[in-house]
Amino acid sequence: MAFDFSQTDEQRMLVETVRQFIEKEIFPHEREVDRAGEMPVDLARQIKARAKEVGLYAANMPEEVGGGGLDVMSQMLMERELGKCNWALQKFVGRPSAILMASRDEQIEKYLLPTVRGEKMEAFALTEPGAGSDAMSISTRAEADGDDYVLNGGKHFISGIGLPDFAIVFTVTGIDETKRGPRKRVTAFLVDRDTPGFSIRRGPRCVSYRAYDNYELFFDNVRLNKRQILGEEGKGFVLANEWLTGGRVMVAANCCGKAERAMELATDWAATRKQFGQTIGKFQGTSFKLADMATELRAADTLVAYTCWKLEQGTMTDADAAMAKLFASEMLGRVTDQAIQIFGGMGLMDELPLEMMWRDARIERIWEGTSEIQRHIISRDMLRAKEQ
Amino acid sequence: MKVLVAVKRVVDYNVKVRVKADGTGVETANVKMSMNPFDEIGVEEAVRLKEAGKATEVIAVSLGPTQCQETIRTALAMGADRGIHVQTDVELQPLAVAKLLKAVVDKEQPQICILGKQAIDDDANQTGQMLAALAGWPQATFASKLVINDDGSANVTREVDGGLETVTVKMPFVLTTDLRLNEPRYASLPNIMKAKKKPIDTLTPEQLGVDAAPRLKTLKVAEPAKRQAGIKVKSVAELVDKLRNEAKVI
Ligand SMILES: Cc1cc2nc3c(=O)[nH]c(=O)nc-3n(C[C@H](O)[C@H](O)[C@H](O)COP(=O)(O)OP(=O)(O)OC[C@H]3O[C@@H](n4cnc5c(N)ncnc54)[C@H](O)[C@@H]3O)c2cc1C
Ligand SMILES: Cc1cc2nc3c(=O)[nH]c(=O)nc-3n(C[C@H](O)[C@H](O)[C@H](O)COP(=O)(O)OP(=O)(O)OC[C@H]3O[C@@H](n4cnc5c(N)ncnc54)[C@H](O)[C@@H]3O)c2cc1C
Repeated sequence: MAFDFSQTDEQRMLVETVRQFIEKEIFPHEREVDRAGEMPVDLARQIKARAKEVGLYAANMPEEVGGGGLDVMSQMLMERELGKCNWALQKFVGRPSAILMASRDEQIEKYLLPTVRGEKMEAFALTEPGAGSDAMSISTRAEADGDDYVLNGGKHFISGIGLPDFAIVFTVTGIDETKRGPRKRVTAFLVDRDTPGFSIRRGPRCVSYRAYDNYELFFDNVRLNKRQILGEEGKGFVLANEWLTGGRVMVAANCCGKAERAMELATDWAATRKQFGQTIGKFQGTSFKLADMATELRAADTLVAYTCWKLEQGTMTDADAAMAKLFASEMLGRVTDQAIQIFGGMGLMDELPLEMMWRDARIERIWEGTSEIQRHIISRDMLRAKEQ
Repeated sequence: MKVLVAVKRVVDYNVKVRVKADGTGVETANVKMSMNPFDEIGVEEAVRLKEAGKATEVIAVSLGPTQCQETIRTALAMGADRGIHVQTDVELQPLAVAKLLKAVVDKEQPQICILGKQAIDDDANQTGQMLAALAGWPQATFASKLVINDDGSANVTREVDGGLETVTVKMPFVLTTDLRLNEPRYASLPNIMKAKKKPIDTLTPEQLGVDAAPRLKTLKVAEPAKRQAGIKVKSVAELVDKLRNEAKVI
């Protein structure tokens, strides 16, 4: 099937709505939140309430569970706009983790639906101090004890803002002996914040997305019934692959949006700032930077749209998603850096949003898999095809 | 009570308008187009009348090329009930628009017809007044407040040079919006989805029996002259002297 990137009327209006929303509800507060490194509770409530009114809250979730039912391309377009903002604020235009769609029985009423309604917020807890890129090396374990499991271990770098109401925790529930050696059975649990033995602590301050927190999670003999398992025992990564494949493409879309914002600021500046008797845009040292930014952004946008199209067709591979995430996040790094250069000294001053965007851009090459891990995923497939 | 709202597709207000190299008009190729902001205010007012139970149906009308349907769709997503697109590729001037709207008004019989006080492209500020004259309806232009009375009249507060003026008009009437009438909403996701199913009728000037051909000829379009840099004066006496002898304004 041929791919067609033209936007439908609905997509065009959605983008317009999200743009107006962030201009009115988010941008006016971003500097203050960034400087303070704290997200005021009232502001969070206000953004959430407005997002619900406009129907943007949980727009990524299917209509059957009360979400907005956006298709992949529309979700991507929405993420592209939201990527212009600090996560500490745009998080409240909630997009619950799609993995919650694996909820069943009482989990639906207890976790899935309240999260879609914005009454609960989840955390996605995979990373550990000893297991970042190498997710298979996680050591948080859940040992079976009758119908229960007993959890011990800890997580770090778990994003959130305000303590999460529950966490989706990836644990090891056993070891399988396979032909290629022992293999961990990884199981995802839904763990309520108030479960005895479970404690949460705010992690160190992060230079990107200030006020967007990361938490450290500790499990000390946390007793969970098997009904708290999300999906099936031993199928944690299968589950993650099933529901979270779109995640990297959405990060790529975030990067394109932020790059567009930085480029527009730089273009305005180049067209008005005068040195040596003329606007600096007249110097090729400046104008060629703009040309490169625009070209790279177009390439990333096209790659992201193409990858979304494949995702919609059901033909997107891990390498496809990795390429989009890798290219868009690295493009963003270059664009924000060059935008600062065009601004000269003013680019680094906190009167303008650019230095913030430059800091925020930095994490995009690290979370949802580092650039190196994306390159590993891309090249692995290429080499495997040729290996004897 | 039916309310008809005119919605014009114009160059987006954020876009820096450029004159075409050959001086025949402004550049619209590859330029972002949106609904005229005064018309957004019109749609908002009409939708509020409906939400308040005063209006039963809101009809959005746009005149021009096929892409005007996007503008109508936006009005539908804001809450209008249906759309009418008068399709034509000829350049539409205020009198032609007023005549076409008059024909639509005859067909639809609305009680209020809302237009923007002007469109941000040509800033003509004529169409509402011409429509009122053609229809023989009262007009309340530059509205900053609209109150519908139970007796079928309306009080309209107008922004005039000296301040505010309130006029009472009998239905049916023409209203043109000013900036402070309301703050238009943005389309919510559920309404964007609903807009997809709302009908848009397409008509042509021929079907409406209107000759929409332009009457005015554009000789040349040029950018305004660049503003000269200002100067600082040292005293009131110097200022008065310059105003009198250089600027010759006093
Ligand atoms: C602010 C923030 C929020 C986060 N939020 C969450 C969250 O909500 N939930 C969650 O589970 N995780 C979260 N993470 C974790 C994030 O996904 C990890 O930081 C990321 O996967 C990298 O792991 P690491 O930081 O341990 O780095 P490491 O894995 O230690 O990597 C260090 C360096 O080694 C390189 N490297 C590692 N392995 C290889 C290899 N095989 N080949 C080449 N180079 C390699 C890496 O690319 C990197 O340059 C968050 C992280 C941050 C900083
Ligand atoms: C933290 C800080 C401390 C400072 N401390 C001092 C200080 O103590 N004393 C002091 O005097 N100054 C100081 N400066 C000023 C510093 O030297 C200037 O910021 C620097 O010279 C750049 O000038 P600008 O910021 O005005 O950028 P601009 O000159 O406006 O440059 C903007 C962009 O245009 C480009 N550009 C300009 N002209 C050309 C051209 N002809 N061809 C191609 N590209 C061009 C530049 O390379 C840059 O990319 C400081 C600046 C900062 C940020």
